[in-house]
Amino acid sequence: MRNFIRFIIRNHFLLLFLLLEIVSFHFIFNYNQYHRKVYLSSSNQVSGYLFKNFSSVVQYFQLKKTNEELVREITELRNQLDRNSFYAPMLPEIEVDTVAAQHYRYSAARVINNSVNKHFNYLTLNKGLKHGIRPDMGVISSRGLVGVVLNTSENFSTVISLLNTRLWVSARLQETGFFGSLSWDGSSYRYATLSGIPAHATPLVGDAVVTSGYSSIFPENILIGTIDEVTIDQGEGFYELRVLLSVDFKNLQYVHIVEKMEAEEQLELEKLSEND
Amino acid sequence: MINLLPRYLFNFVVFILLQVLLLNNLQFSGYVNPYLYVLFIITLPFSTPKWLLLVLGFITGLTIDIFMNTLGLHTSATVFMAFLRPFILSSFSPRDGYELGTRPVPSDYGFGWFFKYMVIMVVTHHLFYFFVEAFDKELFLSTLSKSLISTVVSVLFILIAMLFAKKDSKKL
Repeated sequence: MRNFIRFIIRNHFLLLFLLLEIVSFHFIFNYNQYHRKVYLSSSNQVSGYLFKNFSSVVQYFQLKKTNEELVREITELRNQLDRNSFYAPMLPEIEVDTVAAQHYRYSAARVINNSVNKHFNYLTLNKGLKHGIRPDMGVISSRGLVGVVLNTSENFSTVISLLNTRLWVSARLQETGFFGSLSWDGSSYRYATLSGIPAHATPLVGDAVVTSGYSSIFPENILIGTIDEVTIDQGEGFYELRVLLSVDFKNLQYVHIVEKMEAEEQLELEKLSEND
Repeated sequence: MINLLPRYLFNFVVFILLQVLLLNNLQFSGYVNPYLYVLFIITLPFSTPKWLLLVLGFITGLTIDIFMNTLGLHTSATVFMAFLRPFILSSFSPRDGYELGTRPVPSDYGFGWFFKYMVIMVVTHHLFYFFVEAFDKELFLSTLSKSLISTVVSVLFILIAMLFAKKDSKKL
């Protein structure tokens, strides 16, 4: 026993090093266990407060761009409104029906911290539990898909960005309806990769890639980007498409958080059939 | 020794803030990720106990990780760098060893000495960090170039930061 203690004392530096490295690598490989812990993420009170105050200063320099973006979105919405109101009088009056009820609820939030050049990029938003934000809600901007809420504290939330090699999104080709999964490869913040599109689909450069709507997170037809390059994996018979992302992650000021109102119902139902 | 505590506490806070608020927002390209916060470990006094080096490395890395949501990545790299520090220091030591009460800063041992020591430390940290981050998802060469380019930029920022350091340390 005394020898053992002497051994520990003599090698305490090496042993402590090994212990701390084991703890660190435990964190890395089991990040799934820990990434939902609010105090271990950037949505904790201290860093949230810090990011919020810092970004409220930086924000002033981008007001012009933010305004332009707002005007562009209003124009787009106005066009949609006009299209709808043109047909509305010709349609028969619809009875109040649960199918016609609101399916998604949107709320706005400001991005207070963001990165695009890391391997695992995250955003921090200035809305949290208090404002009804919960983990697993979708985040979109006026230009397209941004990410998924990972963590929420009282006043802040952390969002796993589409520019994060740990996020996979179910995506669909708008023209042909074939769907695959989209992920980021960690290199350029402008491009992501869509894989799993079968060889008999004919994707063209410039085709739009949108959300499939199969998940309980995003509504259907939210724009993700456009096809930029088409390559086919001869061995597996699947296309690998390089997608030019529609959202400019470098200039992200305001985002919308999407809540699917029947998400819980859908997940419960899907869980039932999973057990079969 | 004890009168160094407030200064290093101040250093710690300043380096973390600089890293999290400024350097993380620098967006040149995916290849440039300078990490200035390692300077905290680099400039700790020679008399710091070895175990304390590791503990401080762990705390620094974990703080950065929490801000960046990369749990474990910076922690492991900084602990690794702190572990190698005594070996790197002893391989660079002057003929009669390090004087009592000095710190590994340019004003104590000259710019050339500090530059060599600092670059080795930064390279160690960056190589470890980028290879753990990439794991097997990326090619060896792209990770290597990523770590080397980032090292150059980190070194540049560290040199700028050292310009602001107080130059009184010989008489502590």
